Amino acid sequence: MTGIIEIDNLSKEYGGGTKALTDVSMSIEEGEIIALLGPNGAGKTTLISIICGLVVPTGGSVRVGGYDIGKDWRAARKLIGLVPQEIALEPFESVLNCVRFTRGLYGEGPDDAYIEEVLRSLALWEKRDAATKELSGGMKRRVLIAKALAHRPKVLFLDEPTAGVDVALRREMWQVVEGLRREGVTIILTTHYLEEAEEMADRIGVINKGQLLLIKPKDELMGEFGGKTLRIELDEPLHAIPSELAGRGLVLAPDGLEISYDYDTRAERTGIARLLGDLAAQGITVRDVSTRQSSLEEVFISLVQEDKAEDAA
Amino acid sequence: MMADINWPGVWAIFHHEMMRFFRTIWQSLASPVVSTVLYFVVFGAAIGGRIQSVEGVPYGAFIVPGLMMLTVLQQSVSNASFGIYFPKFSGTIYEYLVSPVGWVEVTMGFVGAAAAKAILIALIILLTSFGFVGVHILHPFWMLAFLFLTALGFSLLGFILGLWAKSFEQLQIVPMMVITPLVFLGGAFYSASMLPPFWEAVAKLNPVLYLISGFRWSFFGLADVPVGVSLVAVAIFIGICFAIIRWIFMTGWRLRE
Repeated sequence: MTGIIEIDNLSKEYGGGTKALTDVSMSIEEGEIIALLGPNGAGKTTLISIICGLVVPTGGSVRVGGYDIGKDWRAARKLIGLVPQEIALEPFESVLNCVRFTRGLYGEGPDDAYIEEVLRSLALWEKRDAATKELSGGMKRRVLIAKALAHRPKVLFLDEPTAGVDVALRREMWQVVEGLRREGVTIILTTHYLEEAEEMADRIGVINKGQLLLIKPKDELMGEFGGKTLRIELDEPLHAIPSELAGRGLVLAPDGLEISYDYDTRAERTGIARLLGDLAAQGITVRDVSTRQSSLEEVFISLVQEDKAEDAA
Repeated sequence: MMADINWPGVWAIFHHEMMRFFRTIWQSLASPVVSTVLYFVVFGAAIGGRIQSVEGVPYGAFIVPGLMMLTVLQQSVSNASFGIYFPKFSGTIYEYLVSPVGWVEVTMGFVGAAAAKAILIALIILLTSFGFVGVHILHPFWMLAFLFLTALGFSLLGFILGLWAKSFEQLQIVPMMVITPLVFLGGAFYSASMLPPFWEAVAKLNPVLYLISGFRWSFFGLADVPVGVSLVAVAIFIGICFAIIRWIFMTGWRLRE
């Protein structure tokens, strides 16, 4: 099946020879939420900017809804909405006029009922007559989203939607994205916040130094790269890990009441049963056990480090 | 080609630019009207009293086309350059680059609005001048045609300037250093025939002379250069501006990376 976005061997090299993107290929299905993760300068924004028309690629091709972004740029762009990283709004223009303007740019006739719906869903309706310079940072960002949705795009790009936004607003933004997902909008977002990708995305792509290291369903990625930690709470405090249990990487908490054990879920034997048996044999009474999946942050760091190690080799 | 044009996009830009003008309508109109009144007082009354007439036209009336041209040129350049520079400055230029509008729509929207504003102000100046001098317009159609073509040409030039400028200083330097001198030396306040032969020849290298000359002809039937030459000069100027704008958008110079 052909995806709503098909990217083939996309490359961008700047005048000075800097490679911002190297042979990136991916296919994105309609209705998916994709999070692109990567450190600063990894090429995330370049990738989005090429698809949206802000940056001219030096190689490869992109099709949106079957339209080539170069040859059929008008048809391709009509399907896309972009929420840029930097807040850029006409300071003296009202919220309503800003959104109407964008709808016009996309060749759509006026539809105030739809615009009202969008503004209400983003909690901006009460502020419709306010000049954008009077709005808070969070509201300005929502105005950018409203503008990006003004022409009912099929694909929405959110470039760092929650950069510099406080925790409450970030949650609010996630709810907005969740609402859009329910309406079937395909969303591609870039983020530094791994929590964000973990919370929202169906699939996660990791970009580093202009290369797409991988793109996988979130759960698969977490499972593959995610080691787990077993936490064992003890009845009585231990002074030290018994020598019989040495060599397994056990870590004792400072209060002596908890042992943690890292294991690999992909391994044939996790060693959990043996460890619990050995603890019992040592006369150590276990009060409770729990496991914790490593966060995407740890997954991400390990991936980028692998990439660095390969470079060094 | 015409069928491909995103007309709602053109209208959105045009309307947006005109709204900005009407939001500050009094500032937009007051300054050109006040400066015109000053020109009439200084050139018309103080100096005009000693000149009496130029080629049979009272001096006060003789300078009306020149004053209108001065305003049209300044307003066209500043409106169009500011119009496109401001989104570059505020960052909202991204919208024009990611939406389904091409160079034709963006140019029509911005340049159309800048030219419309300049023409409106020029007509208000003409009305103001009626309060000072008796002006009879010999060829009203050609007067409007010259007004339109000049506003279009210099709005295109201003648009290029706004695309080129990287700072507000650069935005102001061209109107100040190039446009104003060209208008003053282009016969806004005198006829080129009043100059010594050598300087008359030099003045004819100034493209603005052809505009003012053609425009003055539409009022009084007097011209420094044949009207046909004026029209051809304006048409060539407009053609060159279009070609430059097309090149800027096609290559993405100072717009896209």
